[in-house]
Amino acid sequence: MKKGLLEVGYAVPRQDAWTKVTGEEKYAADYYPENLLWAGAKRAGVPHGRILQVDVAAAQALPGVVAVLTRKDVPGTNRQGIVHKDQPVLAGDRVRHRGEAVALVLAENREVLAAALALIRVELEPLPGVFDPEEALEPAAPQLHERGNVLVQAKIEKGNVGEAFSACSVVVEETFEVPFQEHGFLETENGVAWQEPDGHLVMIVSTQAPFRDRFEIAHALGLEMGSIRVISPYLGGGFGGKDGATVQCLLALAALHAHGRPVKMWWDREESFVAGYKRHGARLYYRAGANADGKLHALHCRLYYDSGAYAHLGGEILELGMEHAGGPYRLPHTLIEGWCVYTNNPIGGAMRGFGVCQVSFAFERVMDLLAAGLGLDPLDFRLKNALQRGDKNCAGVTLVHSTGMVPCLEALHRHALWTGRENWKQGAGPCKKRGVGLAAVFNAMGYGRGLPDSAIAKLELTAAGKFRIYSSVPDMGQGNATAFLQMAGEILGQDASRLELVPPDTARSLPSGSSSASRTTYTFGNALIRACQEMKEKLCHRAALVLMADEERGFALVPGKVRHLLSGRDLDLEFLAGLLPEADRSSVGQFVMPVAQDVPDTGKEFFIGFPHVFFSYAAHLAYVEVDELTGKIEVHDYLALTEGGRVINPQSFEQQVHGAVAQGIGYALMEQVILEQGEILNPNFANYLLPTSLDLPDIESLAVETVEPTGPFGMKGIGEVGVNAPLPAIAAALEDAFGVRLTRSPLTAIRVLERLVQTS
Amino acid sequence: MVRFVLNGKEIQIDTPPDRRVVDLLREDLGLTGTKEGCGAGECGACTILVDGESRLSCLMLAAQLEGRSLTSIEGLSQGTGAGLHPLQEAFVECGAVQCGFCSPGMVLAAVPLLEKNPDPTRLEIRKGMSGNLCRCTGYVKIVDAVAAAARKMKNQPEKTAAEDSAP
Repeated sequence: MKKGLLEVGYAVPRQDAWTKVTGEEKYAADYYPENLLWAGAKRAGVPHGRILQVDVAAAQALPGVVAVLTRKDVPGTNRQGIVHKDQPVLAGDRVRHRGEAVALVLAENREVLAAALALIRVELEPLPGVFDPEEALEPAAPQLHERGNVLVQAKIEKGNVGEAFSACSVVVEETFEVPFQEHGFLETENGVAWQEPDGHLVMIVSTQAPFRDRFEIAHALGLEMGSIRVISPYLGGGFGGKDGATVQCLLALAALHAHGRPVKMWWDREESFVAGYKRHGARLYYRAGANADGKLHALHCRLYYDSGAYAHLGGEILELGMEHAGGPYRLPHTLIEGWCVYTNNPIGGAMRGFGVCQVSFAFERVMDLLAAGLGLDPLDFRLKNALQRGDKNCAGVTLVHSTGMVPCLEALHRHALWTGRENWKQGAGPCKKRGVGLAAVFNAMGYGRGLPDSAIAKLELTAAGKFRIYSSVPDMGQGNATAFLQMAGEILGQDASRLELVPPDTARSLPSGSSSASRTTYTFGNALIRACQEMKEKLCHRAALVLMADEERGFALVPGKVRHLLSGRDLDLEFLAGLLPEADRSSVGQFVMPVAQDVPDTGKEFFIGFPHVFFSYAAHLAYVEVDELTGKIEVHDYLALTEGGRVINPQSFEQQVHGAVAQGIGYALMEQVILEQGEILNPNFANYLLPTSLDLPDIESLAVETVEPTGPFGMKGIGEVGVNAPLPAIAAALEDAFGVRLTRSPLTAIRVLERLVQTS
Repeated sequence: MVRFVLNGKEIQIDTPPDRRVVDLLREDLGLTGTKEGCGAGECGACTILVDGESRLSCLMLAAQLEGRSLTSIEGLSQGTGAGLHPLQEAFVECGAVQCGFCSPGMVLAAVPLLEKNPDPTRLEIRKGMSGNLCRCTGYVKIVDAVAAAARKMKNQPEKTAAEDSAP
């Protein structure tokens, strides 16, 4: 198995699939070192309060308890956070959400750990809470942080909206509301850590950002960054929820009190719900207008994102939302106002579609309303307004890179599901109605300006004559590790048996940022290509010396060998590796993602991240059937057309689209973190419903290829774009079926039924 | 003391009778191919076979294994070095594995499904797999894989799984 050439452009099964399907692959959760201790956190249980006392005496006295730690045991700043460091490792004087950690217990086993956590008494003076981002902006609202409740307030402006609306022949207004969404990765947050005899800290953790974790841990706990080693095996899912510290700081703190013994922390499903990050809930006020000739003219929107108790990446997530608030369309006049606001809700954070998922619902539904107002077909209206290369987007940035919105929409126009839609709708059975909806979406790639989106790839020719890639961006399931092997295989001319990949390890690989932002394969791939080219040149040169050829031209890498093509003489890679000193057997490539050259004179509040210049595009179509008696929506067929430059691996590409659509359909139909006074009422999979195999159709994914010349082999990242479209597409289909417009998601049966009753 | 057959070998193990089977497998026996995703019987990641039926090891206690035969993912085939069960092969080839945390449970859930119904429709596969959550794939390729394995196994009915996957 794992035979054959690894090449770019082919549907190569992912190289980690074999060990995963046999259970041999070790995830962070699968490490149980000898003599380990278990660590766990005591959670506040109240949404807002002043800590009077944390009584740990009874817990400490319990046999089998090794240590009980509180705020006073935390060295360093006690603050974690990726950009804004506002989140305590252990709360000292104040708790701001129910899942806040107030004490940390180390115990001999899980039974003792659970008993000890139950014995900790947290005395709190309750404070009034605030649970809605707009209410949190009221002057009288309880203030969560010293600088108030506003994490970021910003404005992106273009043209003159004030005057533009009066020139519009159709103007629509609507308010949209979306809930918090749970990542629902099957491997919950976990890791193991220990202190080496020399004081160094080693951690194996389920993380998307091992290099940044070192920085967060060092900052929070007052440690030297160089004294921390983070290893990131394959993740059992991430989707953004493992970008930033989850268990890391708590686990490191525990390891410092474990007398050299390894410590394991593994949040159970409920703790993952309560303490983990979520997609931000949001309320979105939209007003948009178009001209009689069918051209979009003006947009004014106000976006309120609920950051929950702490920042995580809330400001950056709002920024992405604002940059995408006008959709993938030409819009001469825009005023996009945004607020990311602290509340006593669970913490909002990064999730696939990072701020874009929320606004996609709004701008795509507004497009449908405008099309209806103008009497235009919704697809024709989008085609007329879709961004093309050279246009400026709603933030005022010129799209100088590949821009595939129009080809996606044209492919949709030709597709049988589009041309056959009216026929299909006629076939609804008794008490059923059918509708069809479409959505056009986009999603930025990379960190944006102000934070170099960089990668450094290391490659080694091992003594055994194999090529070893030192990956430094984790594979959380998106398949980047296999893409790296394909790229290396293509350039180095080797089959799978000659290629190895070392998962990210801060002691062995080189810093390359996080596995996030649709940037993983693009940025690290570009760095890896350079490392492979350098290696290839090096080996051809060295082989020429060994074979006493006059020049290195005419040499090529073939499986297991360097060959002089004209003479047919060759050198085994093992032999060549044996001749080369170790220092001469490695190569390094580096790359930084290009940024926008025409930064618009707006969005000044964002000191990093604004603006972006690379985008992937998608057009989706949903066929839905609605039960008139129950209100239940069934997605019958689903089509996703995606442009992400060239496709490196058609199978991985399809996997990413299918998965994103599945999460988007969950977001559209059933997923919501139900909150009451900051308490999650459904912190488990019995009540927070994830789509099962019976809830999803056979999603059809088609690639609409362009070439992105700056991309590795012409690609752009497409991990996120697909999650943005299902909600607006399904909401449009529902309206098509019944004339019922839902502006609050998810589109549950009860909400549909309520509206059916109201309108009948 | 609990006696049972684990992946074809009789074993007896000194364990509290109320130890969860998932902990017994993962922590005491080192068989970490069985995953835990929710601890409450909702996700199916911890699926094992007990006397050939799929069971959730997070909801079973050690005492319930007495006299039974347990197959974990490690016992379904000889592993990557030696050869895989047709379902495992199909999961790999069809792209049904992404993060892979649900994969062992998915594969094991499909084993009795195909034993009882060697020629399932896609809807029957969807029904049979609906107790196992996957957050990565959208299930399309998982259904593809089970259907592909069914075709393959039907064409080689006389062979056992182990023979079928031998090199």
